[in-house]
Amino acid sequence: MRSFVYTRYELLRTLRNRRFAVLSVAFPVLVYLLVAGPNRNVHDLDSTGLSAPLYFMIGWASFGAMNAMLSCGARIATERSVGWTRQLRISPLSPRAYFRAKVLTAYMMALISLLALYVAGASMGVSLRASGWLEMTGLMIVGLIPFAALGILFGHMFTPESIGPPMGGGIALLGLLGGTFFPLSGHGFLPELAHYLPSYWLVQASHVGVGGQGWSAKGCVVVAAWTLVLSLLAARAYRKDTGRV
Amino acid sequence: MSAGSVARGGGGPATEIQLQGLVKSFRGPDGPIRAVRGIDVRIAAGETVALLGPNGAGKSTTIDMLLGLLAPDEGSVSVFGRPPSQAIAQGAVGAMLQTGALIRDLSVRELVGMIASLYPAPLDVEEVLELTGIAAIAAQRTQKLSGGQTQRVRFAVALVSNPELLVLDEPTVAMDVEGRHAFWATMREFAARGKTILFATHYLEEADAYADRAVLMAHGAIVADGPTTEIRAMVGTRTIRATLPGTDVDALALLPGVSGAERRGEAVVLRCEDSDAAIRALLAAHPDARDIEIAAAGLEQAFLELTAE
Repeated sequence: MRSFVYTRYELLRTLRNRRFAVLSVAFPVLVYLLVAGPNRNVHDLDSTGLSAPLYFMIGWASFGAMNAMLSCGARIATERSVGWTRQLRISPLSPRAYFRAKVLTAYMMALISLLALYVAGASMGVSLRASGWLEMTGLMIVGLIPFAALGILFGHMFTPESIGPPMGGGIALLGLLGGTFFPLSGHGFLPELAHYLPSYWLVQASHVGVGGQGWSAKGCVVVAAWTLVLSLLAARAYRKDTGRV
Repeated sequence: MSAGSVARGGGGPATEIQLQGLVKSFRGPDGPIRAVRGIDVRIAAGETVALLGPNGAGKSTTIDMLLGLLAPDEGSVSVFGRPPSQAIAQGAVGAMLQTGALIRDLSVRELVGMIASLYPAPLDVEEVLELTGIAAIAAQRTQKLSGGQTQRVRFAVALVSNPELLVLDEPTVAMDVEGRHAFWATMREFAARGKTILFATHYLEEADAYADRAVLMAHGAIVADGPTTEIRAMVGTRTIRATLPGTDVDALALLPGVSGAERRGEAVVLRCEDSDAAIRALLAAHPDARDIEIAAAGLEQAFLELTAE
């Protein structure tokens, strides 16, 4: 229970960083309104079976949530660079409690992003059953686990000066290939590759919103595999990263 | 006593902290840099020990190994009979590391309170804010503090954990004079509670004034280890510099209290074991000596002499 205060202050610190909190929520909402606005009346976007406002809502909610999870890495990189992580390591705070606080903080920001996009989506006419919203959100929370691990991995690998490109590039690449920004169409290597990316399954969460199937067994395996591999890498990076930065 | 065990009762103080045969090298541009080359230190409970040495002596590397932040290439560390990680997990160790800023977006009081919450038996937060002289800035956000204030908050963070072993790496480097006095007064009080303290410094005066014992390090090795009075006698040489043209330096070297002399243009520089005796003898023999300066030899200078032998 000792780590409770630590977690509470971590959450508080993140919210107090207003510029970060506001911008990380406002940006995806703004882009969503710009993209979905002109397509409000498209009821079946590129034969996905989803309306444009719903598809883009989930896409940009995924983007905001991925960004929130990886921003956790940027905060870790900053704390490392000022020597705070070393200070924590010589305290009784266990690595488990440290990661729990980091992951909870990331999820808090991700959920705020999701909620903001849901509100924006509703304003564009997205209307789902209560269970639809809940199931969709539940799937996204699970789908974000690999991104939590990726954020921690980046945070312990990079400095604040070098974390920008892997973070921005990672989100752009995973977003483009996973269908976050627009539906994937056609056949071939890239649409096939998408099925093996965690970002693809985030967007697929939108199907349950309209009563469709959520994830296939393949989706569960892909997300579990990414979680396992990235968690192991993150744990390794944390163990190795005890030196002065 | 076997390695790693803690002897309690029966003759002599227990060895609470033990560094045994520590070796650590880093990769450098021209091959490995041997930062610490085989050191042994034992510290008893309640001792205040200064780890004294010039920059680059290996003090911080030693402290990092003591705290388990760095794995030694060879040798072992035992803190209260346990590996450092275990002692730390139990909250027995507090430290103020050499480099380190604070995390932002918390008030000073919140930050100190957050750290206190992690330890099993912390000191009262308000008391620590008072002791470290930061009660007046307790409501300020950590990112708004000056360098000296930051250093005091870092000290409060180390102190509030109320550890059995307090480790401080060059704690006063960024402090002003007033801050230093307040700092050492607090440290004395903390030591009086029977706590074990290890601090690294390159100021001989600090080691002399506040430690029971000093361990001298140079080039990654221990060159001396003993009560601070002995250490001071070893490295506490002074120099007398005076303008004195046309005298024989070999004769000056034979004056009482003088251990060596050299000429630098019109001036002579006398290295002294006893500068009081030396200055009297110098003025008696050469009343025309001018521009006289007496200075304590810098620690760096003393170390060069100690390690040259």
